[in-house]
Amino acid sequence: MDHLAVLPIILPMFCGALLLLMGPRRLQLRRRLGLLATLLQLPLAMLLMGQASAGVQVYAAGNWLPPFGIILVVDHLAALMLLVSAVLAAAAMLYAVRGSDALGAHFHALFQFQLMGINGAFLTGDLFNLFVFFEILLIASYALLLHGAGSARVRSGLHYVLLNLFGSALFLIAVGTLYGVTGTLNMADLSQRVAQLPPADVPLVGTAAMLLLVVFGLKAAVFPLYFWLPRAYAAATPPVAALFAIMTKVGIYSILRVYLQVFGETAAGPLAQLANTWLWPAGLLTMLLGSLGALAASTLNGLVAYLLLVSVGTLLAGVALHSQAALVGSLYYLVHSTWICGALFLLAGVLSDCRGRRFVGRLVPGPALPRPMLLSGLFFLAAISVIGLPPLSGFVGKLLLLRAAGTGVAAAWFYGLLLGSGLLAIVTLSRAGSTLFWRIDAAAAPGQALDRVCLLAASSLLLCSLLLVVFAEPLLGYLDATATQLLEPAAYTRQVLEGGRP
Amino acid sequence: MELLYALTLGVLTMSGVYLLLRARTFPVVVGLTLISYAVNLFLFAMGRLHTGMPPVIGQVAEHTDPLPQALVLTAIVIGFGMTAFSLVLALRARGELDNDHVDGKGGQ
Repeated sequence: MDHLAVLPIILPMFCGALLLLMGPRRLQLRRRLGLLATLLQLPLAMLLMGQASAGVQVYAAGNWLPPFGIILVVDHLAALMLLVSAVLAAAAMLYAVRGSDALGAHFHALFQFQLMGINGAFLTGDLFNLFVFFEILLIASYALLLHGAGSARVRSGLHYVLLNLFGSALFLIAVGTLYGVTGTLNMADLSQRVAQLPPADVPLVGTAAMLLLVVFGLKAAVFPLYFWLPRAYAAATPPVAALFAIMTKVGIYSILRVYLQVFGETAAGPLAQLANTWLWPAGLLTMLLGSLGALAASTLNGLVAYLLLVSVGTLLAGVALHSQAALVGSLYYLVHSTWICGALFLLAGVLSDCRGRRFVGRLVPGPALPRPMLLSGLFFLAAISVIGLPPLSGFVGKLLLLRAAGTGVAAAWFYGLLLGSGLLAIVTLSRAGSTLFWRIDAAAAPGQALDRVCLLAASSLLLCSLLLVVFAEPLLGYLDATATQLLEPAAYTRQVLEGGRP
Repeated sequence: MELLYALTLGVLTMSGVYLLLRARTFPVVVGLTLISYAVNLFLFAMGRLHTGMPPVIGQVAEHTDPLPQALVLTAIVIGFGMTAFSLVLALRARGELDNDHVDGKGGQ
């Protein structure tokens, strides 16, 4: 059997354990090991993407065949998400080794455990392990969020932890109900059972599915479950906030996986596409409220956190449109928004350092910045990409989504809100940019010197936004195959249930 | 037995939700613990309630489903760790913010 599929989970697990054993000393060695382990994820994700293009790969742990054993499934969607998280993590790690990892004791070990949880959630083929990997990534994220402490972090951390603990309880109730009714937790097997459900069991399974939607909505930060996000993300250190940009996408990934593949077209009666009626208004409202929140944000980090919310809303509305073209657009937008929000968080960190402790990311006139042309140029590029102006990837993503929306009342809402949120983002970012770069308080003491490596980390993610445009053609081909696979769950189910056989 | 079991779950969840809605960290943590008890019992019941049926093949004529028991074990371990973490965090918040309100403010 090919063991490549288990490496994205095993590698960070062992590196994390090793880093934990190394204790608080030998920072340089830990940095090197952490950076190496994170960078290794990149070729691994690319190899797996190549494998997934050839067909769905199933890794049966301990050779226990599906639907009984624990399986990892490498398909188009999982491999894509692995690559997205690997690129983001590499940039965040590059930023972190320049000093923000030294603020607390176990940053590198926690970072690896977080990666293990994220990768595991993407790869797992059954619902209970999705829960387990959610918990792994959550407990690592609790500690990473509090990394470097400070009272703002403790306060926002408390909300985050308590809400997610309650979310886990709901997740278990939903998983328990699904198991009690269908007798399986393997997602492929579950989709077959859901298709042949006796009518008496339909309401119970529907209840469990809606509970799962609440849990995933909490992770993805959908209206009305997003109130924890802006404060938590704005308080985290820049590399942690950048890495957390993928965490909301884990929720969206789960929504795609469960509601398109398990409760997809083939599901019994009212269960087919039951999430769409809720995702549509929730996505549109998240978009609107995220834009308004960004308008009111008083710090740069808070502003980026709200922009992340806008991207979540856009994605969910795109998914709820439920067509091949809309799904391709959403997946493209998912890749783009994850990387560009990560870039913005890192850039906000660089700017905050340059402005010194007194001003940090607050949007008030501050000291003159070193290398103003370079910094403002990068900020401008990031801004036009996140707003969705040509020539960067945001434009392509939004164009694909708008084209997929078609005509009619729903499209009118979508057009209005997507373009309106773009306009609000222009207003917000131009106000933030002019405050940061043009309104200089001459009396203010300058902050730290510009850190080139941190800037490199932020600009490498920006470069990815450009690469997304340059290589749009092959990427869209891959995304098209992904969308086809998501919309035709029967083929996925067959391949997973047969794929484990030697 | 089913009725008693369901009532127990209901009372545990109800008390848990009530405590969760209190704005002080200690009741909130206790509330989360009660809810996780209820969830564990619920998961266990998903293998159906039986007596005298071990989850082992070959020992008795009928055996019960072992999977919910494995799930409950995992859930207990995770819940235990999470509760410990939230307690430490609550203590930290008490020290750092000088106050046990979940928002870090509110009338003392």
